[in-house]
Amino acid sequence: MSLDVILFLLFAFLALVSAVSLIVQTHPIASALSLVGVMGSLAVLYLLLGAEFIAAAQMIVYAGAIMVLFVFVIMLLNAGAERGKGRSRLVKWLGIPIFAAFVGVLSFIIQSFLPKSAEVKFGTFTAAGGAEVGRSLFTTYLLPFEVTSILILIAIVGAVVLARKEI
Amino acid sequence: MTELLGNFYIISLIKAAIVAFVLLTALAYIQWVERKVLAHIQLRMGPYRVGPHGLLQPLADVIKLITKEDLLPPYVNRFFYLLAPFVAVFLALIAISVIPFGPEVNIFGVRTWLQLTDLKIGILFVLAISSVSVYGVALAGWSSNNKYSLLGGLRSSAQMISYELPLALALASPLLLLNTLSLREMVDAQAGYYFGFLPRWTIFQGPWPQIISFLVFLICGFAETNRVPFDLPEAENELVAGFHTEYSSMKFAAFFMAEYCNMVTFTAIATTLFLGGWTPLWPAEYGSNFLPAVILAFAGAVSLYHALNPARPFDRITLSAAGLIAFLLAALFLLPAAQPILLPLFWFVFKTGVLLFLFIWIRGTLPRFRYDQLMRFAWTFLFPLAILNLLVTGILVALYPGK
Repeated sequence: MSLDVILFLLFAFLALVSAVSLIVQTHPIASALSLVGVMGSLAVLYLLLGAEFIAAAQMIVYAGAIMVLFVFVIMLLNAGAERGKGRSRLVKWLGIPIFAAFVGVLSFIIQSFLPKSAEVKFGTFTAAGGAEVGRSLFTTYLLPFEVTSILILIAIVGAVVLARKEI
Repeated sequence: MTELLGNFYIISLIKAAIVAFVLLTALAYIQWVERKVLAHIQLRMGPYRVGPHGLLQPLADVIKLITKEDLLPPYVNRFFYLLAPFVAVFLALIAISVIPFGPEVNIFGVRTWLQLTDLKIGILFVLAISSVSVYGVALAGWSSNNKYSLLGGLRSSAQMISYELPLALALASPLLLLNTLSLREMVDAQAGYYFGFLPRWTIFQGPWPQIISFLVFLICGFAETNRVPFDLPEAENELVAGFHTEYSSMKFAAFFMAEYCNMVTFTAIATTLFLGGWTPLWPAEYGSNFLPAVILAFAGAVSLYHALNPARPFDRITLSAAGLIAFLLAALFLLPAAQPILLPLFWFVFKTGVLLFLFIWIRGTLPRFRYDQLMRFAWTFLFPLAILNLLVTGILVALYPGK
């Protein structure tokens, strides 16, 4: 087994564990940090594919900026741990089988949509350096890029307007 | 033997061990230097009792910290409380791995770079690590279950988010000039001289010298490393000790070490990005190769002079030993075989050291910002300034490419 495969298995496992822990945890901070774990493991998986720039962007934007804001707000509001509400008997008995069936159907559908021949190899995804991503953003995807920027600008203006009323 | 050393894994392990040893020792002694410099700024003596001129003080501090009782307060969130110092120190230490200390050298027949690893996205890696490292402080503040710690953690995360933006923008403008993300290639792009004497470092490089972004970068660096005048997360007179109030023994030492390690990483990045990394200040034709030897010989001469006219009886022994060591080091810097390895290292350490001294100097000079001043300064001054600088750099690079 090569080092690539070992690292892939390790971080894929880590991502799954973090994702499960994100749902299972009762405390908001623990959930938020599990999400950071998912994002960090995904960044390592991107790195294994060879998409270094996207891995770095994932860490800087999601784990570094957005999740820090999440954690900041949770800490500021001092949210406590959730308490279980006492589940209904239906959920207790049928929850896990229905979940398993759902995952099975989902994975079957995803697999049937995947092209059979294309095979992803470690380190072959080279067209994702800083220069390539920048070039395609400013040529092929210029319109979506600008539209997204304006969308974010609208969100910022909206946030300012909403916050103004409070002051 | 050469074949064994040429193996990628073995040579990486050796380099990592050397870098870790040097870095950890340096971290301990930067604290000694800081206490000494601060003391002299305030007309005190500083550490003086342990060893000559307090030189063994770092060792004594380490022993003290290890042997202190390791308290675990009963009301903390245990998992995150124990995780936080580990996160802080791990992220601080890992960032050093992409910094180039020197060019490719030939040691006993093995060719290797004086750098642990060269990533294609080197500078983004550092940025990612620095943006994630806020979790150490924020978690420590929150999990301690203490009002002052929580306030420290909150302040720290707000401050780090705010200063990350001007930092990233200030960092983007030299990248436009250098046209690469790899730290090794950045140093190569800054080699050479204008008019035969002015180095092509980014702060001097045309078409738009990056002096503004260098200053913005430094200011944001003070904020990111929680140093005076931006040390609000641990403001002693307001928050006891801020986010690390509840930590004792080695867990406290971990935060302390992380702060100093972040400082070293930061100055090393500033050196690489703006001050030309390990390239000398002026060309070798004008004798820049002899500078370290001259400095060391001068230090040796001063020590010997004071050893001959001792102020205290034991100075006769300690100072003459110090003088002899300085002369030996000066001779080492003149050896032609050692020069290709030692000179780049000297220039790198020299520039990083000057920046570290600046950090300490400012700590001894400026008072702390108030919280609203801190935020207003970042958002209404640094951020627009960095954007304008990026805009001007972008336009000029587009107009005069390749200059």
